[in-house]
Amino acid sequence: MIDPVILFFLLGAIAGLLRSELRLPAAIYEFVSIVLLLAIGLKGGIELAKQPFGSLLPQMLAVVALGFFLALVAFPVLRYLGRFKRADAASIAAHYGSVSVGTYAVAVAYLGSRQIAFEEHMPLLLVMLEVPAILVGIVLARGLSRETRWGSIAHEVFLGKSIVLLLGGLLIGWASGPEGLSSIEPLFFDLFKGILAIFLLEMGLLTATQVGTLRRYGPFLVAFGIGMPLFSALVGTGLGWALGLSIGGTVILATLAASASYIAVPAAMRISVPEANPTLSLAAALGITFPFNVLVGIPIYHALAVWAHAFAKG
Amino acid sequence: MQNRTRKLLTIVTEAALEGTLVRDLDQLTAHGYTITDARGGGTHGVRDAGWDASSNIRIEVVCDTETAEAIAAYVQEHYFDNYAMILFVSDVDVLRPEKF
Repeated sequence: MIDPVILFFLLGAIAGLLRSELRLPAAIYEFVSIVLLLAIGLKGGIELAKQPFGSLLPQMLAVVALGFFLALVAFPVLRYLGRFKRADAASIAAHYGSVSVGTYAVAVAYLGSRQIAFEEHMPLLLVMLEVPAILVGIVLARGLSRETRWGSIAHEVFLGKSIVLLLGGLLIGWASGPEGLSSIEPLFFDLFKGILAIFLLEMGLLTATQVGTLRRYGPFLVAFGIGMPLFSALVGTGLGWALGLSIGGTVILATLAASASYIAVPAAMRISVPEANPTLSLAAALGITFPFNVLVGIPIYHALAVWAHAFAKG
Repeated sequence: MQNRTRKLLTIVTEAALEGTLVRDLDQLTAHGYTITDARGGGTHGVRDAGWDASSNIRIEVVCDTETAEAIAAYVQEHYFDNYAMILFVSDVDVLRPEKF
């Protein structure tokens, strides 16, 4: 049975494709994404309180390396196979090396409805994976030139909405612990799936707006938008297994690797690499990869994780 | 009576540029500015303000002719190539010319 939140996504996409009048006010979209980011951060923070920070350090470093690696793999593919301009290839590569919080939330809901446990500190890894690809994208586009204003770029990257809310949620969750958070639980945890449903309705509408661009830029972008997440998920599964994560944790890490950013990276790229065409990367990340991951990707990554763990046991 | 005519400079552009442009305006000695959310369409497609990446803003600055020209030249040089942006200047009569 398809999860109802996925049906909300399909509703949005179909309404958008049929050019329905339906529109969520921008403030509502903003609000639900803020609640989701905080909820994800808080969940992770509670878990951080239970674990010594040092034991998580190897995982954090591995995930940062994963972010650099994915963006560096995507760039030559886009530049030489896809024949994109340097700035466009760098920008799209940054989107695919980074993460989508929406996709993460769907993976959490997927595992939750199947009662599959996963390491609850995953939001920390989510934050760690967000940034490296952005830096790679900027350097690939401009080289290490003196003119790059690293100060303002760092401000844009580290003080963007998603990082501030995720890290803030992690810290609040860590400081308050499960008992402290019980008073705000109804909004952030009990309503999580309802909020996610509204978020996905809007994502469906946004996805539908990308179809026109995709038609214009042709099959390579579509193929990349499906091929790249599959490749990234393989790498993520391998890394999850190597780090000794559970099956659920491996699914989450594979999903994080496979997802492409459509909030933090577009904003950073628009300021740092203005010559890159934002419609290309958004069409791929939002028009292809997000729906692919949400509809068929996550179940595939689940099967992959089960297979990898069975294989490892011999 | 003092000359009361000033320039009204209007920029319509991507919301992503807001922070950068405000810093630029301060440096170019604009005494004040007004920013409103906007939506519309043009050569960069329909920008319907559904979310951050498709949001527009309209920035209005009332200033003297030199400042208006300086801002227009700066913005044209730095942003016209890569951003969805239009800029126009009109004459306005103001009540307190010393403010602008």
